[in-house]
Amino acid sequence: MKSLAVGLLTFNFFLTAQAASISDSIKTIRAVGPEGRGNAAATKAWKTLSQAEVDALPQILRSMKGASPLAANWLRASVDTIAGRSKDLPISELINFIKDHQQDPLARRLAFELIQNANPDQAKKLIPGLINDPSVELRREAVAQTIEEGNVKKDAKEIDAAIKSYRKALDAARDIDQIRTTTTALRQLNETVDLPRHFGFLMHWHVIGPFDNTKRSGFDKIYPPEKTIDFDAVYEGKNGKVQWSKFVTADQYGMVNINKAYPGPGDGLKEVTAYAYTEYEASEAREAELRLGCKNAWKIWHNGNLVFGRDEYHRGMRIDQYKLKLKLAKGRNTLLIKLCQNEQTQPWTKEWQFQLRMCDSTGTAIHAADRPATPSNGTDNSKSTEQSNRRPRN
Amino acid sequence: MKLHLMKILITLSLVLSFQVLSEDWTQFRGPIGNGVSTERNLPIKLSEKNLKWSIPLPGRGLSGALVLGDKIILTCSSGPTQTRLHIIALDAKDGGTVWHRQFWATGRTMCHSKTSVAAPTPCSDGKNIYAVFSSNDVICLDLDGNLQWLRGLTADYANVSNSLGMSSSPLVTANTLVVQVENDSESYTLGLDKHTGINRWRLDRPKAANWTSPVLLRQGLIGLQSKNGIDAIRTKDGSKAWEYDEGASTIPSSTVLNGVIYVPSHGVTALELNKADASNTPNQLWQSSRLQLGTASPIVIGKNVFITNKAGVLTAGDTKTGERGWQLRLKGPFSATPISAGKYLYFVNEAGLLQVVDTEAEEGEIVGKLNLDDQILGSPAVGKGAIYIRSNTKVYKISK
Repeated sequence: MKSLAVGLLTFNFFLTAQAASISDSIKTIRAVGPEGRGNAAATKAWKTLSQAEVDALPQILRSMKGASPLAANWLRASVDTIAGRSKDLPISELINFIKDHQQDPLARRLAFELIQNANPDQAKKLIPGLINDPSVELRREAVAQTIEEGNVKKDAKEIDAAIKSYRKALDAARDIDQIRTTTTALRQLNETVDLPRHFGFLMHWHVIGPFDNTKRSGFDKIYPPEKTIDFDAVYEGKNGKVQWSKFVTADQYGMVNINKAYPGPGDGLKEVTAYAYTEYEASEAREAELRLGCKNAWKIWHNGNLVFGRDEYHRGMRIDQYKLKLKLAKGRNTLLIKLCQNEQTQPWTKEWQFQLRMCDSTGTAIHAADRPATPSNGTDNSKSTEQSNRRPRN
Repeated sequence: MKLHLMKILITLSLVLSFQVLSEDWTQFRGPIGNGVSTERNLPIKLSEKNLKWSIPLPGRGLSGALVLGDKIILTCSSGPTQTRLHIIALDAKDGGTVWHRQFWATGRTMCHSKTSVAAPTPCSDGKNIYAVFSSNDVICLDLDGNLQWLRGLTADYANVSNSLGMSSSPLVTANTLVVQVENDSESYTLGLDKHTGINRWRLDRPKAANWTSPVLLRQGLIGLQSKNGIDAIRTKDGSKAWEYDEGASTIPSSTVLNGVIYVPSHGVTALELNKADASNTPNQLWQSSRLQLGTASPIVIGKNVFITNKAGVLTAGDTKTGERGWQLRLKGPFSATPISAGKYLYFVNEAGLLQVVDTEAEEGEIVGKLNLDDQILGSPAVGKGAIYIRSNTKVYKISK
């Protein structure tokens, strides 16, 4: 009897010690910082953590909430290692973890994949319930499944039902490929899709240029629009006087083509800089993401503060190429983008354009309080450059 | 006496670096990064029988494989925007998964559709594996897949990226992991402590996209290629030993063999490293504008340096003079740099056609072919009598 008590005490002590070592290890790993700071300690902590029993997985997954992306990768490697040597995962705890929307989205996705590997049927049952999950990472299979449902209904000539499925999929989709697939499917059934609104592209702008960018010097040079926004002002540009003009894009992917505003000879102006300005009425102060696609050198200012800039030319462009975090102020927010075109003359270097959208960290559009209807016609300033003192709203 | 000892040590170091020391394929283009394999038992007359297995991969990639003992190490990326990073170890015997580790990309993952986030070939010092991705994530695992450390270079240097994709493969020498992350904007090469991943040094580099990989000149001395030429860098502190400033390509990398570095510069330029000089300051042997390279890097066998051009023509150049010798039309185009085993060169074109060339035949001769019918962009790996070739979807083992 005495030996049993001693045994239980020892076991209890072992469990307490293990829990403490897991907590300490997590704490050490979460402290990793820039330029490898904390790596040496994290290496030791990871060794301890990765030897934890499989029932430690939910605790490690929970610890990813608020962790830096680097720390999250350290932690995920321990999860992979622990799960990799066990055939008996705590499935019900992992399901509960997935259901907890307050947990880290990537950690919830990881938990889903652990279940998917260990018990594919169980994972399959979870999928339909994930279609509007706050974690975009968890929606993908559910969206794909809904698209497939639409396809089946379409093949069965159940057009209304097919449209309903495709609409449901589109509303939930945040990955570009799935948005494109559902848009195509809906349009084939003569449905309209307002892609600029779905993405939250900013369509209404004022533009000014061209300023000089000879030898790429314009990227660092401060031209008047960086100091003040005055729609009545006239400045000295590269080829004479320049002033602000209204520019509206009707492109379904929100492309603002500066070559249309300032068409040059041949493939367009070279070694030039332009600015585009817009205002955004936020219904509340909140965190948001500006997502930019651009293959020219660029800088962006939000409410007069530089957010980011990059001096790379013509290496490629895609939607959401750059994700820039910012804090929207309640009410009027200003956005200024500088766009530089360089000296290259190859066929792939004529683009002088960008696409910018406002969304949250999941890619869900955040619309301005006074967002106008999506324009059906854009500005082609080769025909007209409408002067307007009215501030552009998105 | 001290000087004499130093000369002996330098000469010994050079001699060692000029020889293939291991059967393992430990980095981009093999043990010393020049594509040369010591294998003598590779298949030559190829047929379907030589295809021992092919294994589907969990993601895309064009990085080459490593062969470390009985393990094949590969990197991949997956997901709608390629943000999932994979490092996997396969059993060389049957392709079974030994371990599989995944990470989330912490930097930008945009790439040209032809390339991938998993473009750089990892490297190994025999104890650990160092994987680099186009997202600038640097991950060190031991041979059993246990994490040793990781870095996210974009988190540290926000403008280190290339919208076409990064592809420089890392190199490990003398306790330093060299990671070349050169691009149009914030452009660096870093020397990381291989034990912790912490910066030993960080060099400002030319602001220009650069897809070449560092080459080992000798233990502790590397060559960094850029549009400006070659900089020889001491890995202990990042200091420059010498430079060649006549410009160089930013796609095919240099090749080092027998104390000569063959630089893709004005065609090919051969620089002989001075063994008697502590910095190995080079003398230019020759420069040949008739040896124009495509994407693949040069490779040397015996008295010839071999290059392939954009049309898929293989050209033999004399290593002593640069004089152009025989030419042989292969079926290209090639992105993958060939490897050599004995007198044979192994090329795999972008459509997956493996071609074996006997370089001692009078005008060069294609002596073996095997069509994998798959897009192949990465250089093959060799180990224990087999060739390992990876595509965006599979890895293939080819042996006798």
